[in-house]
Amino acid sequence: MKRSRVITLDANEAVASVAHRASEVIAIYPITPASTMGEWCDEWSAKGHANLWGQVPRVVEMQSEAGAAGAAHGALQTGALTTTFTASQGLLLMLPDMLKIAGELTSFCMHVAARTLATHALSIFCDHSDVMTARTTGFAMLCSNSVQEAQDLAAVAHAATLRARVPFAHFFDGFRTSHEVSTIEALSDDDLRALFDADAIAAHRARALDPERPVLRGTAQNPDVFFQAREAANPFYDALPAIVRATMERFADLTGRRYDLFEYAGHAEAERVVVLMGSGAETVHETVDHLVAAGERVGVVKVRLFRPFDMRAMVAALPATVRRIAVLDRTKEPGAPCDPLHLDVLAAVDEAEAAGFAPWASRPRVVGGRYGLSSKEFTPAMVRAIFDELAREAPRNRFTVGIEDDVTHRSIAYDPTWEVEGAGVTRAVFFGLGSDGTVGSNKNTVKIVGEETDAHTQGYFVYDSRKSGAVTVSHLRFSPAPIRSAYKLRSAGFVACHQPVLLERMNVLDMAAPGATFLLNAPWSPETTWAMLPDEARSIIRERDVRCVVIDAQRIADEVGLGGHISTVMQACFFALSGVLPRTLALEKIRAAAKKSFSKRGEEIVRRNIAAIDRAVAGMRQIVVPEGDAPSRPRAPSVAREAPDFVQRVTAVMLEGLGDALPVSAFPVDGTWPVGTAQWERRSLAQSLPMWDDAVCIQCNKCSIVCPHAAIRTTLFDPAKVTEVPDAMPHAAWKGDDHPGARYVVQVAPDDCTGCGLCVAACPAKDKRNPRHKALDMVPAAERKAVERPRWDFVRALPPPDRKRVHLDVKGSQLFEPLFEFSGACSGCGETPYIQLVTQLFGDRAVVANATGCSSIFGANLPTTPYRANGDGRGPAWSNSLFEDNAEFGLGMRLGLDTHHGQAVAGVRALASTIGDTLAAALLAADTSTEEGIAAQRARVGALRAVLRANDTSAGRALDLVADHLVPRSLWIIGGDGWAYDIGYGGLDHVLASGANVNVLVLDTEVYSNTGGQQSKSTPLGAAARYASAGKETRKKDLGLLAMTYGHVYVASVALGAKDAHTVKAFVEAERWNGPSLIIAYSHCVAHGYDMAFGLEQQRLAVDAGVWPLYRFDPAKVSLGESPLHLDAPPPKIRAKDYMEREGRFRMVALSDPRRYEGFVRATERNAADRRSLYEQLAAVHVTAKKTGEPT
Amino acid sequence: MNLTTNYLGLTLAHPLMPGASPMVDDLDTVRRLEDAGASAIVMHSLFAEQVEAEQLAAQRHIHDLGGFNAEAPGWFPDAGVFALGVDAYLEQIRKIREAVAVPVIASLNGASPGPWIDWARRFEEAGAHAVELNLYALSTDAAVDAGHVEAMQRTVVEAVTSSVKLPVAVKLSPFYSSLPSFLRAIEGAGAKGAVLFNRFYQPDIDPESLSLSRSLHLSDASELPLRLRWLAVASPTSPLSLACSGGVHEPLDVVKALMAGAHAVQSVSALLKRGPDHLRVLLEGLRAWMDAHEYARIDDLRGSMNHARCPDPSAYERANYVKLLQGWHPGEG
Repeated sequence: MKRSRVITLDANEAVASVAHRASEVIAIYPITPASTMGEWCDEWSAKGHANLWGQVPRVVEMQSEAGAAGAAHGALQTGALTTTFTASQGLLLMLPDMLKIAGELTSFCMHVAARTLATHALSIFCDHSDVMTARTTGFAMLCSNSVQEAQDLAAVAHAATLRARVPFAHFFDGFRTSHEVSTIEALSDDDLRALFDADAIAAHRARALDPERPVLRGTAQNPDVFFQAREAANPFYDALPAIVRATMERFADLTGRRYDLFEYAGHAEAERVVVLMGSGAETVHETVDHLVAAGERVGVVKVRLFRPFDMRAMVAALPATVRRIAVLDRTKEPGAPCDPLHLDVLAAVDEAEAAGFAPWASRPRVVGGRYGLSSKEFTPAMVRAIFDELAREAPRNRFTVGIEDDVTHRSIAYDPTWEVEGAGVTRAVFFGLGSDGTVGSNKNTVKIVGEETDAHTQGYFVYDSRKSGAVTVSHLRFSPAPIRSAYKLRSAGFVACHQPVLLERMNVLDMAAPGATFLLNAPWSPETTWAMLPDEARSIIRERDVRCVVIDAQRIADEVGLGGHISTVMQACFFALSGVLPRTLALEKIRAAAKKSFSKRGEEIVRRNIAAIDRAVAGMRQIVVPEGDAPSRPRAPSVAREAPDFVQRVTAVMLEGLGDALPVSAFPVDGTWPVGTAQWERRSLAQSLPMWDDAVCIQCNKCSIVCPHAAIRTTLFDPAKVTEVPDAMPHAAWKGDDHPGARYVVQVAPDDCTGCGLCVAACPAKDKRNPRHKALDMVPAAERKAVERPRWDFVRALPPPDRKRVHLDVKGSQLFEPLFEFSGACSGCGETPYIQLVTQLFGDRAVVANATGCSSIFGANLPTTPYRANGDGRGPAWSNSLFEDNAEFGLGMRLGLDTHHGQAVAGVRALASTIGDTLAAALLAADTSTEEGIAAQRARVGALRAVLRANDTSAGRALDLVADHLVPRSLWIIGGDGWAYDIGYGGLDHVLASGANVNVLVLDTEVYSNTGGQQSKSTPLGAAARYASAGKETRKKDLGLLAMTYGHVYVASVALGAKDAHTVKAFVEAERWNGPSLIIAYSHCVAHGYDMAFGLEQQRLAVDAGVWPLYRFDPAKVSLGESPLHLDAPPPKIRAKDYMEREGRFRMVALSDPRRYEGFVRATERNAADRRSLYEQLAAVHVTAKKTGEPT
Repeated sequence: MNLTTNYLGLTLAHPLMPGASPMVDDLDTVRRLEDAGASAIVMHSLFAEQVEAEQLAAQRHIHDLGGFNAEAPGWFPDAGVFALGVDAYLEQIRKIREAVAVPVIASLNGASPGPWIDWARRFEEAGAHAVELNLYALSTDAAVDAGHVEAMQRTVVEAVTSSVKLPVAVKLSPFYSSLPSFLRAIEGAGAKGAVLFNRFYQPDIDPESLSLSRSLHLSDASELPLRLRWLAVASPTSPLSLACSGGVHEPLDVVKALMAGAHAVQSVSALLKRGPDHLRVLLEGLRAWMDAHEYARIDDLRGSMNHARCPDPSAYERANYVKLLQGWHPGEG
């Protein structure tokens, strides 16, 4: 029978379970991939789950990781058992407190899901660059390599810190371990309790700050004593390894699972040994087992306690026969003689020689290598290459493995086809979309197999970088023996393709093993499917004798009422086909699992899922492979053939999923990347497309302004081109007065539209005889794509309307080219239309500082880049620094731009006689407040350059370098509410206070959208969010009001869906204001829990209910003697309830606790009324006009 | 004076009770209703279509979007924090049972057979004394005839009544070709009572925006006569307990409903407008009127003006309409 107390979960949940039970105070802040640890703790405490000592831990979300560390430090000072969770930049923000906590010898355990630090680029994936920066803090550092270890060593760390007084950072690999779903043996409360030393807990409490027995901690010390006092802590570090080892032994006594500070696996007389830590150590272990069985004398040392680094224990773990050691670091320390672990091992070997504890006869050669940065795969083939390298007479030092370094030639080659995985392992791979539930059902599958059989299980899930139409690949292993394969599948006996469109996007059968089963969800019959498969799929099926089964899961899911969500159908098919469990038993278990999983959603959901399971088994059909062959069907190239060279060489390879194969030389050296590459990818996600009826259209251009992907364009063209329009393409006479005689067209980009329907929702033009028909209707995409493609190509090639003649209103703004298009944002995103608008109005002279978050991810997550240049080569220059520093980053940009502008002005003045007084004067006195003014100034700069070229002097060349700055740069600081309200608020406040001419755009989704919906201080009262399971208990922070108090900040609160004209007006005014501007923009979001097709309607309701105010606070009005505040929406017209009840975030509270919800509704209405009243009073205040030049 | 009435087999202190509405979501209001004299508490209707939609929405937004992308494993807390639909309603039944001494009538609303039928059994387990089954059918399909609709409704009633020991009252719309026949059908399907009538959201046209709006207006006294007519018609022949619902605002309305044959009289709009204490006004008004008119028992009043006993039954019949038109003839003035 099954092992006792097994559970199936990922490391984040396993670690959180230990931490929650072992803590009294938990300070949290979201950061990928550690966020879920805090979420679990929040949920458990919300449900009243107690810790080992019967108290419910207090969980508090802070404004940043620095805040979480500070709160943890404070809680520790009062004797509370405390924990926190973090990763990457978050860990960096904790460093100052970590130094204090360690310096004060405080028992504390934190958990880190190790993640890459941002350098030339951000990466959410795994390496050890973050934990390595923490190695100087004085924390003990304990590393886990697997889900089981992460749970177990979390317990060891919590227990050991109490006895040692040295704080612990327990870490494990982000995603690879934190998100890997595995079946492990659970730690009971009794086991955990028995691990803790009651006296140590009492001692921890006794060290607390207590006015009954006061002490003082945190003195300032001087040169006379600091040094000695710092050395006074040494005995605690000296004692720590023994304490950890004793705790591990105690743990083994309780559970039977044994760990050590350093663990050796391999040949007893190994000559070549690899030393490393983290999940990669398991891959090395697996490879070593294979190589030893083949007669090789190799081994691996797994480092668990990295700090304090016990050199004797490390050396003792090595076999005396060792001759060559390769130390692998999963980090890069540019310029250092060695990466950190390499250096430590070298020191240990040297110490062993010097101190006489070396077991070997002759000193082994120690080399270092680097692997796995940003979750780069680390496979047995690479491990074998390392051992092969060690066998060479002069093994290379400071090598890299897993990449091809064709620039500095540090990489070692490996044979990617070499594998070690045994025959007893069942391997299955599933290709799906992020929105189709494939990952969720596969997690469920792992759970069923793990908990119903003796098999060891592993589920690992890979996502692409998009938020809409993201491809997911699930890698599942089931094995009778423990699974050490910490890498993706190389081949699989079961391959499932959950979406037929993926056949066109990648070679899904590439991993099919000989004799594999291929399951395809497609609306095709067994007889017609073959002709629909791409050529490469057909070849593989024939060559590898793949059994192919097709099922129309979409139809089944529709018919049973699951709204087309196919995951349950496909899961049932997997169990029926794979043989992981006997079919009857498997289906019985999956039905039971459906009941268990879905009963909390209601009987109807259970019934429909069970119906889906039953229908699935009956619905599978074996594909008929014909004798001859069907017409050739090559897969379309991933980018358009006319794409530029870089896109063909690099972007296309990444889009094919082959980025791993790109060599170092393919990349820019500093992270700089070309713009406008998104246009070359044809994603074709939409199931339906908007179709335009020119006879009904009123030419308002609202469809364009709300489009989240700039995939519907409203533009004009010269009537002379009418003969060139593609067949039957509709166009109409332009009704505006700005381009008389022009033809007008509304055109969808059929391969870039996601089918969200917001354009149709925004369209106000109804056919009077049939109001259901509007100027835009959604129609099935399959019918329209071929028709729309040539039309789109025609529109795309049109010159944009003359900016100088366009009115700056909603209609006019949408004649400007968007310089942000086809991003990977969610379908129906509420943020992107605001960014698109910035690029249309100011993009050709904009510089953007973008905070980390959704807008940086859809703005610049490779493979493609949505920001682009216009036909003149101008466009937004964009950069992301960090999450927390964005306002400061933007201010720095402003200072730099102003400096260059100042130099240009000085240069013009100095060279006025050369330039010509008239041109010089015009350059310096230019009015650039209008498009005409900007165009004229650009012409003057062109003239200036011509003059400078004709009169070549050093001063002229210096002026030429900065001459473009004579055209004003529009500086935009863009980020979400997590940045503006929380982590970046201090900086934002300072930048607003500075008076600098910056434009701040807050894309306010009222939640940390990018990391999965954690509450921010912008989250409204009563909304359920992660970290606020039962509904947020405090009201939303009024960021706009705080900014107004400075008096010199232009502030606007806008909602595009409620009043688009107001939004455009506010953007134009904000940009014109020669000082700081703050625009707070309502951005509907999937995290609000409703179909985004209603996003605009919800914006309107929020405004009508008074929940979201519309206003402009314009300091320029003061000089006119007017109140700067103008309210742009009438008093509430509807009840807040009418707005709230339509969103999942509020409904969830209503359903769980109606009374609490009603209280939130009443409070929301009261708050809205109070705020309205306050604003009305402020709007009525008479402000004394200041004189020109007077300080504000 | 004896105001007791038997409704659905329950002996109630008097016929007056709040009708199904969101008033009872708040326990303080429930207590105020009992203090004002309510003889039973009718809970708001658990709407099958809405509950299923909520469940599907939760499934979509919590479960299906789980695993959406690498950074966001979903957007909402899960792990059973939320009790969707039925559980919260059951909990409310328990709370109301604890809060008041009078019987609690749980209410559910569904159009066609489905898993929701089982909710009645769970109402019973949670302590409800009776079930009010709110039938509604809005057929827009010309291929579906009235017989089919009524047969399906009968099936629903039978499914509910056979799943519980509790008495079941069926709340109906006024739109039946032969209401007496349908009352007989639901009685055959096991119903113990009928509530006449339901009120519906009505669409309105906005000619400016070319859109529809939906609203539910509170009732007024003009809606009472429709109830009176059908109570009067059903009262002599139907063995069902009859409740009047809709248009009861003043004490005299209560008197009329009883005279037409009601065993119970429900009020919602008047209580929503004037507060729960208005129930006491209705009750005291009824008592005063009966006292003034020397009725000692509700049973003396009940049905006294029904189709069988009223002086001019034709007034309840089709001729009623003709006569009125004739009465308006200028020649007779």
